Amino acid sequence: MPDGAEDQPILELRGINKSFGPVDVLKGVDFSVWPGKVTALVGDNGAGKSTMVKCISGTYAIDSGDYLFEGQPVHVHSPRDASALGIEIVYQDLALCDNLDIVQNMFLGRERVSGVVLDESSMEQSAGETLKSLSVRTVSSVRQRVSSLSGGQRQTVAIAKAVLWNSRVVILDEPTAALGVAQTAQVLALVRRLADRGLAVVLISHNMLDVLEVADHIAVLYLGEMAAQVARADVNQQQLVELITTGHLAGDRAAAVTKGPSA
Amino acid sequence: MTDVENDKSRIPPDPTEEAGGEPGTGRPDGAGGVGEYVRRYAGRVRGGDMGSLPAFAGLVVLVILFSLLQPTFRGLYNFGNMLTEGSGPVLLAMGLVFVLLLGEIDLSAGFTGGVCAAVMVRLMVGYNMPWPVTIGAALVTGVLIGLLIGWLRAKVRIPSFVVTLAFFLAFQGVALYIVDNGPGAHGDVRITDSVVLAFENSQMPIWAGWVLAAVVILGYATLKVMGQRARLRQGLTGEPTPVLALKVAVLAVASVAFVWFLSQNRSINTKPILTNVNGTIKLVQPPAVEGVPWVVLVLVFFFVLWTFVLSRTRYGRHVYAVGGNEEAARRAGIAVDRVRISVFVLGSLMAAVGGIMIGSNVAAVSVQNYSGNTLLLAVGAAVIGGTSLFGGKGRMIDAIIGGAVVEVIQNGMSNLVQGTNGSSVQYMVTGIVLLLAAAIDALSRRRAGVTGLG
Repeated sequence: MPDGAEDQPILELRGINKSFGPVDVLKGVDFSVWPGKVTALVGDNGAGKSTMVKCISGTYAIDSGDYLFEGQPVHVHSPRDASALGIEIVYQDLALCDNLDIVQNMFLGRERVSGVVLDESSMEQSAGETLKSLSVRTVSSVRQRVSSLSGGQRQTVAIAKAVLWNSRVVILDEPTAALGVAQTAQVLALVRRLADRGLAVVLISHNMLDVLEVADHIAVLYLGEMAAQVARADVNQQQLVELITTGHLAGDRAAAVTKGPSA
Repeated sequence: MTDVENDKSRIPPDPTEEAGGEPGTGRPDGAGGVGEYVRRYAGRVRGGDMGSLPAFAGLVVLVILFSLLQPTFRGLYNFGNMLTEGSGPVLLAMGLVFVLLLGEIDLSAGFTGGVCAAVMVRLMVGYNMPWPVTIGAALVTGVLIGLLIGWLRAKVRIPSFVVTLAFFLAFQGVALYIVDNGPGAHGDVRITDSVVLAFENSQMPIWAGWVLAAVVILGYATLKVMGQRARLRQGLTGEPTPVLALKVAVLAVASVAFVWFLSQNRSINTKPILTNVNGTIKLVQPPAVEGVPWVVLVLVFFFVLWTFVLSRTRYGRHVYAVGGNEEAARRAGIAVDRVRISVFVLGSLMAAVGGIMIGSNVAAVSVQNYSGNTLLLAVGAAVIGGTSLFGGKGRMIDAIIGGAVVEVIQNGMSNLVQGTNGSSVQYMVTGIVLLLAAAIDALSRRRAGVTGLG
C-alpha cells in the first residue's frame, strides 16, 4: 500500500475518553486503522484494550472524543451501527453455535430467504466462495457442524463470517490465544490475507511473536493511554515489551515513537 | 449394513425428512456417492449424534416384546387405540420440543392443556358455543398462558423450572375452578360437540386416508426432487440419488402400510349382536371401525408445520441458535428474549391442542386427565425421542417417535400387568425409560465433547 493511502485512515479515534463511574478506563486515546494494513493493539491486562474495542463496536458509548470513519465523524451507538459501517468484531470466545454448521453460523442473524423459506443453496454457495477466497482449505465441508471443528478451524470460520459481509474493518480479539503452533500459523496467514484484500485489520493479542510477525502498525495501550502507535519496522521485541510494561521507551529510542502518550 | 438400516429408521413417520433434519444434518455435501453419505452418517452416529435412533430401536424391541407376550397387543384394534390415546401427549410433546430446544422446561404444559380444554368445554356446555369458537378460545387461552410464562422467564428472569412449577400448581386450581363453576355440567364435564368428539372417536372415509397418504408421499418426493434440483443448479453437490430414492420409497411403503392397516375393520366385536331395532330384537352386525382416525390429520398437520418452521425458516434457525449459544445469537442480532417468549407460546399453544385431544379421547374434560403424569409422559416423549434437555438439539420427529415409545409402554404394560399393581409397574417402567433416555442424552453430549462431534 503506497504511503498516500496511509494519510487517510479508514477508522480513526481522536481523544477518546471513557470512564465507568470514578474509574477512567480510556484517557484521551488516539487510534488509527488503515485499509490493507494489520494494526496490532497490544497492552497489559487492564490497559483498556477490551473497553476500546467495545467503544469501537458501539457496545459502549464513548464519553467524549471523535470517532471518524473514512475521515467523517460518525456516531456509533450500537453494534448495529458499527456493522452498518462495515466494522466486524471477532470475539475471543468466537460466538459460534456449536449445534449449527458452518454455513448456518456464517449467516446467523442475516439469513437469506426467498419468501419465508431459507435460501440454503445460495447461502451455502456464498459461504463456500468466501472460504475459498480466503484460501481456506482446512474444512472439508461447509455443512460440517462447528462442534466437529478444531480451534483453528473455528477461528477461521469466525473470521470468514466477519469477512462475508463486505466488511471494511475486521477486529480480531486474541485470535490465536487458544491455538497450537500450526493452527496459529494458519490463522496468522489468514489475517495477512485479509489485509492483502484491502481490509483494515485490528489484531488484539498478548503474543509478541504473533504481533511482530503479522502487524504493519502496533498500537500500545498503557493504563488507558495510548503509549505509542508505531510502524512495525520501528520497534523490536524488547522495545515493545518495554512499551507495554512501562508505557514509554528509555532514552533516545523514544524518537522511534511517532506519537507520545497523550496528556 | 446397519448404516442403511439406520437411515431407513429415520424415515417412516416423517413426510418431510429433509426438512426435518436438524439444520444441515440430512444434507451432506462436498462429496457425493452413497458410500460417502453412509460414512458421514455413521460418523455422526458414532460421535453421539444419534437423533431418534435409540428411540426407534427401542420402539421396535418393545413392539416385538409386547407382541410376543400379549396377543391382544398386536391386534389392529389396539393399534388404533394406541394411536388415539397417544396423540394427546404427542401434540403436547411437539410444543415441548420448542421449549426444550432453548434448554428450558415447561412443567405446567399438562395443566395448561387442562385449563384450555376446560375453557373449551365450559363454553360448549355452558354457553352452547359452536366448535370453532370453543376450540378457538382454548387456543387463544394457550397463547396467553404461553405469553405469561415466557414473559416471566425472559423479562422477569425467573428460571422456567420455578415459573412453570408454580403454574403447574396454579393451573390445576384454575382448571378445577372452571370445570366446577359456571353454567352447565360440573366436575367430569362431558363433551357434547360432535366435531370435537370426532377427532379421537371417528375415522376418515377410507378414500380420504389414501388421499392423505398420497399427499404426504407426493409432497415429500416433490420437495426432495425440487431441493435437489436447486442445489445442482447452484453447482452444489446434492444427496446421492439412490439415498434420495430410498428415503422416498421407505416413506411410501410406511405410509401405505399405515393407511392399509387402518383401513381394515378393527372392531373387536365381529360377531353379530342382538340389538333392539325399532322395537324388534334383531341380530345385527356391529358397526365397522375402519379408516384413519381424524386425529392423524391433526398430527400430520402440526408435524409438517413445525418441522417446516424449525428447519426452513429464519425463526427456526434462530431457535436452534439461541439454544446452542445464547451469546452468539445475541451478538448476531437475534432478539433472544422474543425467541424465548415465543417458544413458551408455541409450547402452550400445543398444550391446548393436546388438551383438547385428550378431552376428545375420553369424551369429557376432567382435571385428573391433565395431571403430572400427562406432562411427564409428554416431556418423556420428547426426550426419549432424542431432544436434548440441554438445548439446541431436537426435532419434531422426536415427539412422535418418543411418544410412540411411551404409548407402547403404557398400553403394553397395562395389558401385561393386570390387577392392582398394573399402574404402579407402568409408572416405574416409564420412569426408568425416561431416565435411560436422559442418560443417553447426557452421555452422547459427553461423547460429542470428546470426539468433537455433536
